[in-house]
Amino acid sequence: MKTKRSDNRQWLDTSSTGWCGPAVSRREALRRGFLGAAGLLLAERLGDAARADEAPPAGQPGPAKARAVIQVFLWGGMSHTDTWDPKPDAGYDYTGSLKNAIPTNVTGIQLGELFPGLAKQADKFSLIRSMTHRNNGHETAAYLMQTGHLPGERLAYPSIGAVFALLKGYSVGYQGLIPPYVVLTQPQGRFSEAGFLGSKYKPFATGGDPNASRFEVEGVIARGITDARQTARRDLLHKLNTFGSALPDNPQLALAAAAEQQAYDLILGKGREVFDISKETPALRDRYGRHTFGQECLAARRLVEAGVPYVTINYPGGWDTHSNHFATMQRQGPQLDQGLAGLLQDLSERGLLDSTIVWCCGEFGRTPKVDWQPPWNGGRNHYGNVFSVLVAGGGFKGGRVVGATDAKGEEVKERPVYPIDLLGSIYELAGIDANAKLPHPMGLDAHVLAPGEAGAKSAGRLKEIM
Amino acid sequence: MLTLLRPAARSGATGVPRAFVRPATALWLVLTVSRAALGDGAAAEPAANIFESTACTTPVSPLDKIVGRRLAKLGIQPACCSDAVFVRRAFLDVIGTLPTAEETRAFLQDQAPHKRQALVDRLLDRPEFADYWAMKWGDLLRIKAEFPVNLWPNAAQAYHHWVRTALRDNQPYDQFVRALLTSNGSNFRVGPVNFYRALQNRTPEGIATAVALTFMGSRAELWPTNTLSGMASFFEQLSYKPTREWKEEIVFWDPDKELAPAGSNAPLPAATNSAVRPAASAAAPAPPARHAAAFPDGARLKRLPPGRDPREVFADWLITPRNPWFTANIVNRIWSWLLGRGIVHEPDDIRPDNPPSNPELLAYLQQELVASRYDLKHIYRLILTSRTYQVTARNPKPQAPSGAALFAFYPLRRLEAEVLIDAINKVTGASDLYTSAIPEPFTFIPENKPAIALPDGSITSPFLELFGRPARATGMENERVNRPVPAQWMHLLNSSHIQRKLEGNRRLKELLKTRPQPQAVIEELYLTILARLPTAAEVQTIEAYTKSGVVKSWEVWTDLSWALINSDEFLYRH
Repeated sequence: MKTKRSDNRQWLDTSSTGWCGPAVSRREALRRGFLGAAGLLLAERLGDAARADEAPPAGQPGPAKARAVIQVFLWGGMSHTDTWDPKPDAGYDYTGSLKNAIPTNVTGIQLGELFPGLAKQADKFSLIRSMTHRNNGHETAAYLMQTGHLPGERLAYPSIGAVFALLKGYSVGYQGLIPPYVVLTQPQGRFSEAGFLGSKYKPFATGGDPNASRFEVEGVIARGITDARQTARRDLLHKLNTFGSALPDNPQLALAAAAEQQAYDLILGKGREVFDISKETPALRDRYGRHTFGQECLAARRLVEAGVPYVTINYPGGWDTHSNHFATMQRQGPQLDQGLAGLLQDLSERGLLDSTIVWCCGEFGRTPKVDWQPPWNGGRNHYGNVFSVLVAGGGFKGGRVVGATDAKGEEVKERPVYPIDLLGSIYELAGIDANAKLPHPMGLDAHVLAPGEAGAKSAGRLKEIM
Repeated sequence: MLTLLRPAARSGATGVPRAFVRPATALWLVLTVSRAALGDGAAAEPAANIFESTACTTPVSPLDKIVGRRLAKLGIQPACCSDAVFVRRAFLDVIGTLPTAEETRAFLQDQAPHKRQALVDRLLDRPEFADYWAMKWGDLLRIKAEFPVNLWPNAAQAYHHWVRTALRDNQPYDQFVRALLTSNGSNFRVGPVNFYRALQNRTPEGIATAVALTFMGSRAELWPTNTLSGMASFFEQLSYKPTREWKEEIVFWDPDKELAPAGSNAPLPAATNSAVRPAASAAAPAPPARHAAAFPDGARLKRLPPGRDPREVFADWLITPRNPWFTANIVNRIWSWLLGRGIVHEPDDIRPDNPPSNPELLAYLQQELVASRYDLKHIYRLILTSRTYQVTARNPKPQAPSGAALFAFYPLRRLEAEVLIDAINKVTGASDLYTSAIPEPFTFIPENKPAIALPDGSITSPFLELFGRPARATGMENERVNRPVPAQWMHLLNSSHIQRKLEGNRRLKELLKTRPQPQAVIEELYLTILARLPTAAEVQTIEAYTKSGVVKSWEVWTDLSWALINSDEFLYRH
């Protein structure tokens, strides 16, 4: 029984060879004489996609240095003073048990004692030690750090990854097999990454564990189902899925069929090989560290190699160390160190670091003064006044420090850096105009960043390291 | 052949009007249906016969006449849906829940002439009605503990409980809106005050914008500035203040409130006194408003009446049978929720240059709402028992471009995220566990609670996120997106989440124990998943699959369930 589904697919197929969705713009549909009622309906249905796809990146800045971004997000907020802005002289009430700083391969830059791996790579990255937004709420601060917009507007802006999915992905004919915005492995779920751009721009969250014997990417690699069975049951589905024959030329079903086809391109096609970490040598896997975070870093490199423009690693574990702080740091710090150092070294050795931005931070830092009172018993609390960010590659210089904090790491001493400055710099290196208009569902004036926004502070982009 | 024609002829003879059915079509359909019923049909029947009904037994209502007149002018003859389509559609549309195989079978076998009406009545009384529509209202009223509205779990629960109770009790709509607009008190205890709490922008203009959107179906962003500031004046004396309870706030009328400068986006300062000011102290004259208070229709007030909460003055203007915004908004929304498209479309974009596609229809529903004293279930019933609602999903005249806007067919819509996961769980005997670790205290939802009953938009799952559950940030209808994206198909086709449910299918295991004959299993799976019986051709396809040698015995059944769950017929309302 031939199904209508495959008939409908023909014209969609001609233009959608990659992960671009049914890449038929309204204009294109009309040009092909697709003028029937169904066609108009489809064009209308494609409306939001088409609007997004046609958004002109107004006034492109200079040529892009960065082709891809890997963001390591330290959810919960990592202490800055125990890590990348050590204050060994601040006294035990501030340092707790992590009182040592170690030298790096760049004279004058010191790191906290948990980061010997990064210390050997310090020439490859720079540290912003004066990041500030003074917001101490997880959700609002995370929103601020990943959108650059102040929380509290009527509509939620998209995260930087979703903006990349739009302006470096779908709107420029991205043809990759894998969606342009990937999250390893779990979405953070505290704010909508796609914002008002809608579900198409949500990240593809892999699920699974790249450190397991098989990285079972949710929806791509299914446990216990052979390729023969995959093919056979797809065939069964297509034979039984006769609904379309009752509704010839239904535009919704045509869209569904196109989406299904693209899913199968990944399930049975070449896309899944990108996630096959077992193709890497054991020695390299060891260097990244045989733990979830280390292997996530390795998976991120494979995704970037495959052309994915934006990868976010949501650190597998939290940094919200109100209590049990020092034990958590002792456990997670070395893994963060090993994975990040392994990533920077590997990207550099493969010549990918010049075109790949790596940035790593949480939504805020943690109180420099340890809270020894119960129930915290030696914990650190939320601290948005100042904290540290690591940036590398894609046009960011290495071996530098931007800004400084006071003797105890409590306030910015020089050169504040606001979220808009950090994100604006990343956009600039990626060739994205920060003033570009975003397609807003109600046609309101919305831009990638809005330095003029009421209360949005800026102290300028990070020209000193670009 | 004559005998086969009898049922249709009889339905004509009973005097049931047969508008919507062309005689020629009816004849052809009867022939094919009957052939299938007789088991004569290795050949594939045209699929239409499963979905369309030969005889429309639903009486023509005044509503149908209004819709029918416009369609007749265009020469459009809609077709009536079959009983199998209707039972599934009614369950999904009224209670957001699939019928069980038993419920479907009982409905299909029921010979009563008015069984569709009776089903609608039963569904309107089910507890899932309150769950499902509280979910819908939760989107519009932004019931969410977390970012961006930051209600906090206690308030989200109180808000949802109040809304669900109102819907369960079919509280008259005028009272429902008045409570949301004029309540005072703790947002942990007085559910409806959270209408003012669940806002990102708590300036008078921000509040007015939300009120206009929610209860007038109007987007104040498109208004002249003066209109918005005039309406905002009614919300200038609204205050919020914290209590000793973590994150609790009192929302109250504060006649002495200091006003932030006009145009400021900052939240207004909270009152400093420790108790809610009794209304008596309102004898003091109200401070001058920043703008003259004016209703959105242009009527101005010289000054707000002293001693009266201006929100009540506004509610008096809004909530009256004479205010077309008020009645049009709600009947148009209900219409669009049930028929997939507003008479004014988008349903929350009512404005003069976006006229209703059928003004007479809108007016009729508005009159019915007022005449029934704002009985929302009366409007549901009017729509659900009409022929207009019971047409098929097939566009009867694709060349007529306005068919969709005039409701010539029932438009396909993918099941909403919550409805879809509930349906998958129901047909596989599985459940999902919903928790929310943010903010503390963590929220754990008892297993077996369906997703449509989740009170708080912050309680979510990767599945709900992926399938377009709205962020509940804006209260706009288009925030919920049911557009297909490939990642959704990857999840349905190939995720461990779905595969685990299929492989652990307790219902299927029971079934195989009690009725192991393949034919019976196929029939039960079709009734359970698609709410209809399989055709002969489908049975043949499945038998061929069992003999293909690719899969073993149990896998045949998981793969069949998998295929049905991934079929368009399952994924869409139709």
